[in-house]
Amino acid sequence: MPVMNMVQALNNALDEKLGADPDVLIFGEDVGYFGGVFRVTDGLQAKHGLTRCFDTPIAEGGIIATAIGMGAYGLRPVVEIQFADYILPAFDQLVSEAARLRYRSNGEFWAPLTVRTPYGGGIFGGQTHSQSPEAIFTHVVGLKTVVPSNPYDAKGLLIAAIEDDDPVIILEPKRIYNGPFDGHHDRPLKTWAGHPMAEVPEGLYRVPLGKAAVVREGRDVTVLAYGTMVHVALAGIEEAGVDAELLDLRSLVPLDIDAIVASVRKTGRCVVLHEASRFGGFGGELLALVQERCFDHLKAPIDRVAGWDTPYPHAFEWDYFPGPARLMAALRRVMEY
Amino acid sequence: MDNQPRLTLHIPEPPARPGDHPDFGGMKLPKAGETMRPDVDAAEPTMRDMPFGMIRVLDDGHRAVGPWDPHLDVDVLHRGLRAMMLTRAFDDRLFRAHRQGKTSFYMKSTGEEAIAVAQSLMLGARDMCFPTYRVVGWLMARNYPLLDLVNQIFSNAGDPLRGRQLPILYSARDYGFYSISGNLGSRFGHAVGWAMASAYKGDDRIALAYVGEGTTAEGGFHEAITFASVYRAPVILCVTNNQWAISSFSGIAGANETTFAAKALAYGIPGLRVDGNDFLAVWAATQWAAQRARLNLGATLIELFTYRAAGHSTADDPAKYRPADEARQWPLGDPIDRLRDHLIALGEWDEERHAALQSALDEEVRAAVRAGEAIGTLGKSKPDLASMFEDVFKDPDWRVLEQRREMGV
Repeated sequence: MPVMNMVQALNNALDEKLGADPDVLIFGEDVGYFGGVFRVTDGLQAKHGLTRCFDTPIAEGGIIATAIGMGAYGLRPVVEIQFADYILPAFDQLVSEAARLRYRSNGEFWAPLTVRTPYGGGIFGGQTHSQSPEAIFTHVVGLKTVVPSNPYDAKGLLIAAIEDDDPVIILEPKRIYNGPFDGHHDRPLKTWAGHPMAEVPEGLYRVPLGKAAVVREGRDVTVLAYGTMVHVALAGIEEAGVDAELLDLRSLVPLDIDAIVASVRKTGRCVVLHEASRFGGFGGELLALVQERCFDHLKAPIDRVAGWDTPYPHAFEWDYFPGPARLMAALRRVMEY
Repeated sequence: MDNQPRLTLHIPEPPARPGDHPDFGGMKLPKAGETMRPDVDAAEPTMRDMPFGMIRVLDDGHRAVGPWDPHLDVDVLHRGLRAMMLTRAFDDRLFRAHRQGKTSFYMKSTGEEAIAVAQSLMLGARDMCFPTYRVVGWLMARNYPLLDLVNQIFSNAGDPLRGRQLPILYSARDYGFYSISGNLGSRFGHAVGWAMASAYKGDDRIALAYVGEGTTAEGGFHEAITFASVYRAPVILCVTNNQWAISSFSGIAGANETTFAAKALAYGIPGLRVDGNDFLAVWAATQWAAQRARLNLGATLIELFTYRAAGHSTADDPAKYRPADEARQWPLGDPIDRLRDHLIALGEWDEERHAALQSALDEEVRAAVRAGEAIGTLGKSKPDLASMFEDVFKDPDWRVLEQRREMGV
């Protein structure tokens, strides 16, 4: 079985879908001849032709609007927004149009588009290339939001997203795009990404939207994470020496509430870890859900570890997002409560 | 600095406000038949004066003249007249229904009926219109059931959109009518994407989209035209310049500086300016643009020059911001009167038949409204409450299922 990093796995998923379904086409800024600034669409135009994978004007709203129209016609467009930070000019199209088309037309029209976008920090991208905007999507009724944490899931989730009849946003954690990331401000240089390269099967397979993965079984505390933070969580759990259960949510909407509830009822403790800033973040929703459904089983208050509530700072990037040390502190807090 | 004039901020104002005499003196209108008609496959650089002319066919004597005369069958003219009259009868009746508290909102297309009706009749059944809220004439021309429109406006148990949309934000896929949303210009790009998809699939269907002149300031307008130009999308992009965006006159959207059709110049696509109150001119320009689209020659921008004779919606009073009789002074007249007079000039119509048709259409509308009222007006009857939770996604997720149970439906 071939071994791939996440970029290669995503490229492979697109390649397979282009080959299997003539209604799939790909467009976005620089995705055609050049193959994308992160190389996710590398070689696809040359292999499948100009009309299957092509460049667009620099107009994110136009990209999403065009994809919605194509979806309404009956195609399955897959678009790339070059950085998640650039998605805001397209926000109205996502919120007011893609998310509501099926509802407001009583099912006459729908928008089966897939929006791929690299997100998150750790590559010295500054404020406009580093943000984690998942919460602004998960709050929008009618959008689905998924976040892979390893190459296998990235391919399977992308294929499932393309085949889904609703608009799906895939946030691709660019910090683990190409393999292991190294070092952190609060630790000596070390490789944390447990599975930067992975065996990725050939052919079409799906990781279903709405199913979490148990990355590590444990009895004492449940850690909820997604994307890059799954790897930070693994490192933090190992270094803290607690018997924690780690859930990789993989899909924020639809959310695998059953897996979360089952785990927290088993462990009685819960820590949420995400890279996005804390206030109003998706972690708040997770805390509320756990509190609503597991209160009688909780042995300690639910805790959360997240990015700070500041704009994303260039020089302080690695002070900004959570590392294993902050998770370890939280794990100790809930264990010692 | 000493020898320089002080800077001044310019705020455009319309030539007349309430209490003034309507003033259309600054308007330059070419005569009917005067504006050239390029060959359908002519190169765009050869027609760059088109945005500053105006395609007009009906002259002051109600005759069809000039190179843009589409030579329509009398039958088509009769169908057009009927649909326009039905649109107005419907508007008048449903506007009154709003005043009687039977619905929350209504918007009339009075004065603009020729646009939607001519374009609806001209385009094919498999083409797709990406409408605004002022083109119900599209549906009238295609015999969409009046009762369904009434039910949508009343949000009652028979509402085809099950109470999810403001009155008149229709969706009618089978009639080539895309779902309307309240965000202006947001669907312009959908039309371009839909047209690109048709081209990608080697289909023969084209798209037509509308925005108002005020919406040409939205980013979505420019993004859509950029995409349409770059990919030569088979789409007809229409700007309905009805002179007023709620209370803001067209100068606020840039009309004092250039025409809206001239927006096409920067994108390298043809820009046509059309007398929007002339059924024949609208037809001819649309036909020209449709032929170009079907020949893989790409998009056309059409400015439909008209006048919004009624208020923006039931929520505003136009007499508060413009002369009360401005609509009657509009130099391009009334679209229904002009087509009626043309048919009369052809010897194919008369006042008596016109009055009889008017009565018949009024009765048709009254019957539809009565039928809708029997189902229920706003708040008196509702779609099944459980349907509120459907169509959020193709298949509901646990949130929707749980909350539906929580509500007890």
